[in-house]
Amino acid sequence: MAPVLVLIAVGSIAFHLLSPWWWTPIASDWGYIDATLIITFWITGIAFTAIVLFIAYCLVRFRHRPGARAAYEPESRRLEVWLTVVTGLGVAALLAPGLVVWNRFVSVPPGASEVEVVAQQWRWAFRLPGADGRLGAANIRHVGEENPLGLDPEDAAGRDDVVIDGDLHLPLGRPVKVLLRSVDVIHNFYVPEFRAKMDIIPGTVTYFWLTPTRVGTFDALCNEVCGVSHYAMRGRVVVDAEPDYASWLQRQRTFAQLPAGRGQRRVAAQQTAPSDR
Amino acid sequence: MADAQLGTAGPLPGAESEDVELYHPHSWLTKYVFSQDAKIIAIQYASTALAIGLVALVLSWLVRLQLGFPGAISFIGPKEYYQLITMHGMIMVIYLLTALFLGGFGNYLIPLMLGARDMVFPYVNMLSYWIYLLAVLVLVASFFAPGGPTGAGWTLYPPQAILSGTPGQEWGIVLMLLSLILFIIGFTMGGVNYVVTVLQARAPGMTLMRMPLTIWGIFTATILALLAFPALFVGAVMMLLDRLLGTSFFMPAIVEAGQRLRYNGGSPILFQHLFWFFGHPEVYIVALPAFGIVSDLISTHARKNIFGYRMMVWAIVAIGALSFVVWAHHMYVSGMNPYFGFFFATTTLVIAIPTAIKVYNWVLTLWRGDIHLTLPMLFAIAFIVTFLNGGLTGLFLGNVVVDVPLSDTMFVVAHFHMVMGVAPILVIFGGLYHWYPKVTGRMLDERLGQLHFWATFLGAYAIFFPMHYLGLMGVPRRYFDIEGLSFVTPSVATLNAFISVVALLVGAAQIVFLYNLVRSLTHGAPAGPNPWRATTLEWQTPETPPPHGNWGATPPVVYRWAYDYSVPGAAEDFIPQNQPGRAPGPAPA
Repeated sequence: MAPVLVLIAVGSIAFHLLSPWWWTPIASDWGYIDATLIITFWITGIAFTAIVLFIAYCLVRFRHRPGARAAYEPESRRLEVWLTVVTGLGVAALLAPGLVVWNRFVSVPPGASEVEVVAQQWRWAFRLPGADGRLGAANIRHVGEENPLGLDPEDAAGRDDVVIDGDLHLPLGRPVKVLLRSVDVIHNFYVPEFRAKMDIIPGTVTYFWLTPTRVGTFDALCNEVCGVSHYAMRGRVVVDAEPDYASWLQRQRTFAQLPAGRGQRRVAAQQTAPSDR
Repeated sequence: MADAQLGTAGPLPGAESEDVELYHPHSWLTKYVFSQDAKIIAIQYASTALAIGLVALVLSWLVRLQLGFPGAISFIGPKEYYQLITMHGMIMVIYLLTALFLGGFGNYLIPLMLGARDMVFPYVNMLSYWIYLLAVLVLVASFFAPGGPTGAGWTLYPPQAILSGTPGQEWGIVLMLLSLILFIIGFTMGGVNYVVTVLQARAPGMTLMRMPLTIWGIFTATILALLAFPALFVGAVMMLLDRLLGTSFFMPAIVEAGQRLRYNGGSPILFQHLFWFFGHPEVYIVALPAFGIVSDLISTHARKNIFGYRMMVWAIVAIGALSFVVWAHHMYVSGMNPYFGFFFATTTLVIAIPTAIKVYNWVLTLWRGDIHLTLPMLFAIAFIVTFLNGGLTGLFLGNVVVDVPLSDTMFVVAHFHMVMGVAPILVIFGGLYHWYPKVTGRMLDERLGQLHFWATFLGAYAIFFPMHYLGLMGVPRRYFDIEGLSFVTPSVATLNAFISVVALLVGAAQIVFLYNLVRSLTHGAPAGPNPWRATTLEWQTPETPPPHGNWGATPPVVYRWAYDYSVPGAAEDFIPQNQPGRAPGPAPA
């Protein structure tokens, strides 16, 4: 047993160092999260190795021999207090940076622009606030075939909202608050390269924020089981440098340009909707 | 000596008079089927739990076949896959682990280890088992219902759990909720029994601080369960009302496939709070009995008292209390108020301290011990390693911001399988190898046991340790197919195939174990009353296996704590709890 335990301790470290499976290259400013993760790996790794090797040593040193007898030692107050204090310090060393970074996570910077992600079984749609910088009101009452996001046709702030049925593009280096809305069940908007994620709860709006730091195209997946096609609920997020982003944005349509926004009937919608599913 | 005078409790009234005819069962049916003997009920609980556990094992094989070799099994589509993972999880957590630790080990060990003749309410105890069996049968029935069992994930999150986009929406979810409700009713009957028996039926001299840690673990876990299961109970009732009567407890306004549903105004997060208010204590409902049992296994087979007994008791109680204020660490990215994260991360990491103390004390019990590497001891050590591993990855997931990238990835799957799947199950095995001789009078086969142990321990570690790194990469859990994800490298498929092959082998090793259980009933070496030379009362019964009533004419009197191993100056390296004499107990060194 003892050699096996040594093998487990050494093998786990070797696997950690050598395995090809590691996190994706980060594409947001949540390197703080990665740093906290690394601290956690160090502290827990040291604890794991020390304790497993200690057990292995005990199994060799104190394995039964004929005539041997165990020591009689019910308690050691000093040792127990000492171990409690060391553990407490280790826990504090994990918790303190964790809470500091969490404080960043829950504090959206004032200049962040807003993006809305709307989830439904089993697809993504997105909305940008448009020229006025404000997202118009939306309500599940208005959801229909021509208005899948349920925007309120009466709200003027919503008329310039950019409705995206395809990949979401984000500008490089600008903080963005991602507002999350669902029209049916719970989903979760997850881009592994961004590290941040949040559940999407029908009946309420949730959010998280990030600053994209790397140009590229990334998978966005649903990360909360949402029914039989959960695994197929995928989208894409493209992080663009400024000129590319601007030209992409120019090609998008506003709510006012869509049939639902114009208040037209369904017949017209079928001829002009950009991508009618 | 005050303790010795407590020994005046006479034989049970009526044990030698005509009343005995009322006390003992007369027919085969009342002795072995509708039995009120806690030991028989324990065997019924354990057998039923292992049987349904075997179903869960087969389900896990199918899950792993799909993940390791996508599309290889033609009858597993997305619908079936979600049904498989849901039923596997629910069976393992509720119908196997909870039932086996409390209904199985609890029923067998509480009266025997405390020197009682039986549970305090034998008839209610019998009902508890039969209602549990009914719950299992309702669960099994959902496999054969139209549409099959529910595929909502074992957490059953509404709204999807009761909407048509989820498999088993028609019958499966209804049967699942009914089965849970039945389980909780049955458990409550047993749980009240365990608590009252521990508080009221201990042998003279068996003070609370002389109880074996096994009993402390089961006792505290039962109290947790009695407080936590009602939250699941009301959650299940409310969801059943939402599903059947169209109420909106958990259902907001929803547009499903273009249709506006009649629900309005409910809160999906409310269910998550109810579920995890039960769900987190549930982890400790499973873990605390395991903590207790493993303490006694290590002490007995290292021939040394458990180190820091009083600290161990207080750690169990502290963990039990803290387990009620950490539930929302399952909900860091659920969309609840993010400021809750500060509170729940702090409580969650604080619970690591009493838990770490337990690990230290197990390890320090080995220090300067006289370690016999018997099968129970091997399983106990394997438990420490896997529990340590799974506990430490809990520090990743409990530390709110670190949880964000890892939540709902394979990291979580690896974590909870290691800490709440593998680790407690290793204790169950250790406990079965340890107490089987008392239950049957025969030893389990050593060579089959060695094969079972090494395959299970090394296999489980090889399955779940690398799996963490898939989650770190971002591979999500509950994905029928990860084909087409750009960040997933081709080597992931290789690792998944490897894990699946090992999982099949580990599963096969469990068949060897079941074979050993059955074969040793008739072919095992005779065990004698106390093969491990243990101190606790269950090994001191006049007959093995103990008959109804346990103690013959004279119930035992307790003179010392449960850990008098290798006492200096004593003739043997163990002194049974019921042996009169100086009672050192836990004295500060």
